[in-house]
Amino acid sequence: MVAYVTRRLLLLIPMAIGMVVVTFGLLLLVPGDPAAVLLGPEASPEMIQNLRQSLGLDDPWYVRLGGYFWQLLHGDMGRSIFQSAPVSEIIAGRIGATIELAVVALLLSTLIGVTLGVVAAIRQGSIVDTVSMLLAQLGVSMPVYWLGVLLAGALAGTPGWPPPSRRGAPRPAALRAAASRTAYAKGLRRNRVVVRHALRNALLPVLSVIGLRFGALLGGAVLVEMIFAWPGLGQLTFSAVSQRDLPLIQGIVLTFALIFALVNLVVDLLYAAVDPRIRLG
Amino acid sequence: MRIPKPLRNPSLVVGGLIVLTLVSLAVFAPVLATHSVDLPDMRNRFSYPSAEHLLGTDNLGRDLWSRLIYGARISLSIGVISVTTAALIGTTVGLAAGYFGGWIDMLLMRITDVFLGFPAVVLTLAIVAVLGPGIVNISAAIIAVTWTEYARVVRATTLVLREQNYVQAARALGASWPRILFREILPNTLGPIVVLASLGLGTAVIIESAMSFLGFGLPPPTPTWGWTLSFGTRFIRDEPWLSIISGATIMITVLGFNLLGDGLRDILDPRQLSRVGANK
Repeated sequence: MVAYVTRRLLLLIPMAIGMVVVTFGLLLLVPGDPAAVLLGPEASPEMIQNLRQSLGLDDPWYVRLGGYFWQLLHGDMGRSIFQSAPVSEIIAGRIGATIELAVVALLLSTLIGVTLGVVAAIRQGSIVDTVSMLLAQLGVSMPVYWLGVLLAGALAGTPGWPPPSRRGAPRPAALRAAASRTAYAKGLRRNRVVVRHALRNALLPVLSVIGLRFGALLGGAVLVEMIFAWPGLGQLTFSAVSQRDLPLIQGIVLTFALIFALVNLVVDLLYAAVDPRIRLG
Repeated sequence: MRIPKPLRNPSLVVGGLIVLTLVSLAVFAPVLATHSVDLPDMRNRFSYPSAEHLLGTDNLGRDLWSRLIYGARISLSIGVISVTTAALIGTTVGLAAGYFGGWIDMLLMRITDVFLGFPAVVLTLAIVAVLGPGIVNISAAIIAVTWTEYARVVRATTLVLREQNYVQAARALGASWPRILFREILPNTLGPIVVLASLGLGTAVIIESAMSFLGFGLPPPTPTWGWTLSFGTRFIRDEPWLSIISGATIMITVLGFNLLGDGLRDILDPRQLSRVGANK
């Protein structure tokens, strides 16, 4: 187990390096002179030259990439162009609201998804099964911002309402699996089979779905926060993108990626702990 | 009369019909449109469906039917551009990683992991913010967040196929690696790729309309679905019809591609390999 955890932690390093490179690469994608683009058409040549210097745009790209790494290692994500504050401080002020939103959404949607999935699996072919699978298909196809808009309209802008999300449901397969059949054969009551044996196995796909879906959830947060005026990272992303505040955008992208990577780390470790088939030496 | 097997798959039939209808509407939009897409009529704002306006009108009295079918052209073009390019890039990466293995596999898969590690909407927004709006730029942003799925699925398929007897036989007969890759392995990965592409079109439509919903898509007066929906939301309390019809258009489109993808999976990918990377 210790070896597995260590290896999994070490894998984070190349991952983080890659993410920093991609985030840095965003700046290279800007067509033309980023400083001129950022300041708009009314900027004077001196203003542009000043910004070029403060962004270090006159150095070759590998020097800037090295500098960017060095900066990040010291917890410095640069300064926002329009808010005249360090990017890390701006993000720190917003991150709590988004995590709160994401955790509530994750808990609620997992609870609803798992309950519906279990009920649908026990009563296969019943109305509950058909309706919940139909709802699941619709839920997957529904743009999260549209649902948000409809809810916002229906709730007349109730603040603090958690965003809707979609969650995969455990499949009936877990109920038919050998472990469950054995448990039935042992004469255990159905509720016990469902909770102790089937659910444990059904938990595995749910866990990996949580890991994979968390990224979609964070992305959905951008849209939902805008609709519900929730003061988190999503709203910050929106204003940063509107103003083309590049250092802030880079900081946000990197923060989202790191949160996502950490969530996946936790999911992987939990997975190893729950899966009865995995015994990691 | 016996019904052919594919036609007995409800997902495939319903999804196929939705997609077929949408594509025809988009292709024949100039013929089918009853009004100009950007002709305001301030006396006729927020009207409900009628013989004159099949789907009613928007906040400026513009005909919604005409705007939505022209919007289909934009959404579907961006979908097709981004899905084909993403599939090409991802398939190439997946084939190389799966077939050559070793450090090539290691390197390519770490790069794939890095791109998978960014929440799709956030990375798309950042790329569009940097590049500016436009069909090509939005497609590029969608490609950046979707090519990874094809890479993962094609790699997994290639790993299995590489060890098959017929591939080993081809190798023993002295076939070159391009021949093995493109003539022996690639054709057998097409099933999962087609399934992913169908699901990917739905994803592309969702991302594109999210971008225009936020105001970072193609600029007005382009009649994008997201933009129409975003106008609808401003008037949702008093005039909910606009946001309902534009949101439903997006949802039915995505549902169509998802159903079609699910149906195709039953037929083309019985081992469900495309599930490996179907989650984002």
